[in-house]
Amino acid sequence: MPQDTLDPRLLVLDPRDNVAVVRRRIEAGTAVAVPGATVTPTADIGLGHKLAVRAIGVGETILKYGAPIGRATSAIGVGEHVHVHNMESAYTRTHTLDEARARHGDHA
Amino acid sequence: MTASPAPMQGILRQDGRKGIRNTLVVAYLVECAHHVAREIAWPYRDRDVHLIGFPGCYPNGYAQRMMQALCTHPNVGAVLLLSLGCESFDKYGLAHAVRESGRPVETIVIQATGGTRTSIAQGRAWIDAQLLALEAAPRVPMGVDELVVGTVCGGSDGTSGITGNPAAGRAFDLLVRDGAACIFEETGELIGCEHIMAARAITPELGAVLEESVAKAARYYATLGYGSFAAGNADGGLSTIEEKSMGAYAKSGASPISGLLKPADRPPRGGLYLLDVVPDGEVRFGFPNINDTAEIAELIACGSHVVLFVTGRGSVVGSAISPVVKICANPETYRRMSDDMDVDAGRILEGSAGLDEVGREIRDLVVSLGRGARTRSEELGHQEFALVYKSFEPIGPACLPAA
Repeated sequence: MPQDTLDPRLLVLDPRDNVAVVRRRIEAGTAVAVPGATVTPTADIGLGHKLAVRAIGVGETILKYGAPIGRATSAIGVGEHVHVHNMESAYTRTHTLDEARARHGDHA
Repeated sequence: MTASPAPMQGILRQDGRKGIRNTLVVAYLVECAHHVAREIAWPYRDRDVHLIGFPGCYPNGYAQRMMQALCTHPNVGAVLLLSLGCESFDKYGLAHAVRESGRPVETIVIQATGGTRTSIAQGRAWIDAQLLALEAAPRVPMGVDELVVGTVCGGSDGTSGITGNPAAGRAFDLLVRDGAACIFEETGELIGCEHIMAARAITPELGAVLEESVAKAARYYATLGYGSFAAGNADGGLSTIEEKSMGAYAKSGASPISGLLKPADRPPRGGLYLLDVVPDGEVRFGFPNINDTAEIAELIACGSHVVLFVTGRGSVVGSAISPVVKICANPETYRRMSDDMDVDAGRILEGSAGLDEVGREIRDLVVSLGRGARTRSEELGHQEFALVYKSFEPIGPACLPAA
C-alpha cells in the first residue's frame, strides 16, 4: 500500500489540516490507511469524528477546514482518534455526558 | 420583455409585506394563562391555529417587542390574547399594535371573564368567527425578493459542517441573488470565525460591529462557564466550540454581509444579515438562548417566512408561525428519522449528490412552501415555541449601512 494513501472512509477538508473526518463509520478491528501508517482502531469511530493524519505534539493547534479548532492536550500519533480525550478548546471547556455515562454504565 | 410568473402566492398585509401562511395566533401573556390558551387552541391545531406566549409576570422590553413582532408577522392573520388579568405584560400596547396592523385581535382577561371554562368558550367562539375568513383570504403573486429566510442548526454533529450547513449556505446564495433577505444567527457559535466573517461585511464599520458581536458572545459564555455546545455535539464527533463554529458558519454561504440585526429587527432590504442573539450588558437572565426553539422564534420575529434547520443528531422540532425545513446532515440519522426530514444532505457525504445540487433542492423547497407545500414538521403538527427574558440595546448606525 503506498505511503500517502488515505482510507476512502476518511476525508481531509483542507490541505493544511492535521485531522481527517470520518465519512463512513469505521468498525473496530478494521485496518485504516492514513499517510505513512496503517492503524487498527479498537473501538468503532462514528461519522463526523476525526483521526490524526499527522503526528501532533502536546499543545499543538488542531487544524480542520484549514482553521484552528483547539489544541492537543497530549501527544497524538498518526491515525489516532482526535476528540475530547486528547484536545481542548481555546475558549470554553467542552461539556460531555461521558462521566455520567461511566457512573451509570450507559452507552452513547 | 415579459415578466416571469411569480413563483409564489402570498397574502398581502397592510404594511406591504406578504405572508405564505394565514395563521391565527393564540398568545398567553403570562404562564398563568397558558392552560386556558392551550385548551382554546388545541381543537384547531390542524387549521393553522398556533399557540405562543410569554411565561413571565415581570415586564421585559425584549419580550414585549418579540410578541409584537410575532403577532404582526406576515404569516399571521389574526390574534387572540389570553391575559390572567394581574400580570405586568402590556396587553393594551400589544393589542393596539395588532389592531393598527389591520388584523383582527381580541383580548380575553380570565379574571374578568369568570374563569377557565367561560374563557375557553369565549376564545373558541372567537376563533370560530375568524377561521372561515382566514382560510378564504385572497392570494396575490409573491416574488422571491419578498421572502425573508432564516437559518439555524441544532443537534449538530461532525457531519453538519460538511454537508447540511454548506448546502444551506448554497441555498442562501441563490436566494440572496434573487433578492431575498437571508438571516443567519447564533453569535455564540461563530467563535473563532469572527475575522473571516468580518472581511465579508459591506463596510469596514459593519465588519467591526460583527467582530464585536462575537467577542460579546465569547465574554457572555465565558461568564456562564459553558459554550453553546451540548453533550450530544461531542457524541457526534465535535470536540470544541471552535470546531462547531466553523461548521455553523458555513450556513451563511458566500454572499457579502449587509447588516447586523437584533431580535425583532427587520432586514430593510434583500441581502445577507447576521442576527446577534446574545444580550447586551452584564450577564442577566441566564443563557442567551435556552434551546433551538428560542432561536427559531427570534428568526421569525425578524420576519422570517421560513426557517432552514440543519441537524446531524436528528432534531424533530418545527415552530409556531413559520414553517421549518429540516435538513439532515448525517446519512445514518436520515435513514433512522427520514419521516421527520425534508432534505437528505447526507447524500453529499456518501458521494451521491453535490453541494450545489442539494443547495438548489433546498431553495426549490422554500419556494414551494409559498405555493401551498407543507414541511414535514408542519404535517407532523410541530408548533414549538419558547420565549424568555433577555435585554438588548437598539442597534447602532453602523449595523445597517445602505448598500
